[in-house]
Amino acid sequence: MPSIELDNVSVSFPVYSAGARSLKNAMISATTGGRIGNKANHLVVQALDQVSLSFRHGDRVALVGHNGAGKTTLLRVIAGIFEPPSGTVRVEGKVTPMFDTSLGIDPDFTGNENIILRGLYLGMTKSDIMARMKDIADFTQLGQFLELPVRTYSMGMQARLAFTMATCIEPEILLLDEGIGAGDEAFLDKANVRLDSFIAKTGILVLASHHIALIRRFCNKAVLMEHGRVALSGDLDEVLEAYRGGAARAENAGPSRDPLFEGVVA
Amino acid sequence: MGTSQIAGLGSAARQSALRQAVEDFRAGLKHWELWFALGWHDVHQRYRRSVVGPFWLTISMGLMIGGLAYLYSGLFGQSLERYLPHVAVGIIVFSMITTIVTESSTVFIGSSRTILQTRAPLSIYIYQMLWRSVLIFAHNMCIYLILLPFFDFRLGWVTLLALPGLLLNLVIGFWIGIIIGGLSARFRDVPPIVSSVMQVAFFLTPVFWTPETLKGREAFVYLNPFYYLLDVIRLPLLGEAPPLLMWLVVIAIASASGIVALIFFARYRARIPYWV
Repeated sequence: MPSIELDNVSVSFPVYSAGARSLKNAMISATTGGRIGNKANHLVVQALDQVSLSFRHGDRVALVGHNGAGKTTLLRVIAGIFEPPSGTVRVEGKVTPMFDTSLGIDPDFTGNENIILRGLYLGMTKSDIMARMKDIADFTQLGQFLELPVRTYSMGMQARLAFTMATCIEPEILLLDEGIGAGDEAFLDKANVRLDSFIAKTGILVLASHHIALIRRFCNKAVLMEHGRVALSGDLDEVLEAYRGGAARAENAGPSRDPLFEGVVA
Repeated sequence: MGTSQIAGLGSAARQSALRQAVEDFRAGLKHWELWFALGWHDVHQRYRRSVVGPFWLTISMGLMIGGLAYLYSGLFGQSLERYLPHVAVGIIVFSMITTIVTESSTVFIGSSRTILQTRAPLSIYIYQMLWRSVLIFAHNMCIYLILLPFFDFRLGWVTLLALPGLLLNLVIGFWIGIIIGGLSARFRDVPPIVSSVMQVAFFLTPVFWTPETLKGREAFVYLNPFYYLLDVIRLPLLGEAPPLLMWLVVIAIASASGIVALIFFARYRARIPYWV
């Protein structure tokens, strides 16, 4: 059974200025007792602050919060990309981070070659990929185009390929940052059906999004992040209410941040 | 793929950092299909739409070897028959060493997008870089094959000793990739430093000159680690067994860089994704 357990996780980012990135300056400051230009150009951002969370099989968790609230960092910690300097993370089950569906798509390579490369990135073996190749080829309806370089595809065709590749696996734990783009209108209905069954097969879903309709469609729990802390977690409606209350207040102060664009199903 | 794992631990597990570092190397090897494909992909990508593909590298190297051999055999007063094989193999092998060292500096920086989006072991980017370098080296070895019938390379069983030489070079390249790759992610002036060092090394190493011509200044050769890394592959390809001392020096370099790399990687492996 997949599970995610975060206990008191804190992550801070050193933000190095050009000076602190310089080996020469580091050596000079080492020989002068570390006084010259040391702390002044080294900023620390507290991205996660004592985060404790626990998710079980069947949880469909929405991560909400302002930009910079720590959603993406939290996803990366769960994915095992960032190892937190303090606190513990226990993740059971195979994690599939899917933050950018175009990762590994090379325009100069054919559709088929890209499917293989993308599959390898997702941790599949070549024989796994070959076994699914036909399913992918059928679903994209790209036919002969799969033997042409991806740069010859229309935007819609590229999106179809990316979407199909993204949804061809059966992840135990799926981490999504915003959605998975599906491309043109004609493809949208088919894509929706596939996406529903894709999410249904997932053990645990963690979705970071600003898109309320999307969250309502897929999630049954929510976590509200504020300045790297968990402000509220648990019941979906309750958290969304609090998030919207906060967002409404922020909206009065500044422009809206909901990055909605057409052709996005998830 | 394991179905259960404990990722990212805090201070309680610091002592197992070394084990995690070694585990990263092992897990990276298990992903061989990925870095195999990525390495090919890199080589192809550079020359995808050109007719002769990666052989452009080989052609330009062939021209360089021809030019250098003709010019310097005259300058050094050596016969072209003896001098050209020395230069040809020297340039082919040294260019692989240069590629490995200079590309070590972009091994993590250049893959930052992938590092931040997938949970693959960091060592795969090093394996990918080494594999790419070997592929390009294999292309360039065509020059060697073309020259074989025309010059006396004294082929024999001893030629096969080039393989353990190559293997040792790759092992060292792996450790260098960890050290330089990690340092470059943290300090962004390491890549330019590395590339200037390698430029100077090309002239200070007996690539296109021979150690014998340096009367009284042998230290230039014997204190230069690149001399050993180069000749442990070059000598067998020229039909000569490398002396025992040379093997020992190369093994010593491999062990020393290995120890430094292990300590470095155990200490900073988890920080690299934050740096890139």
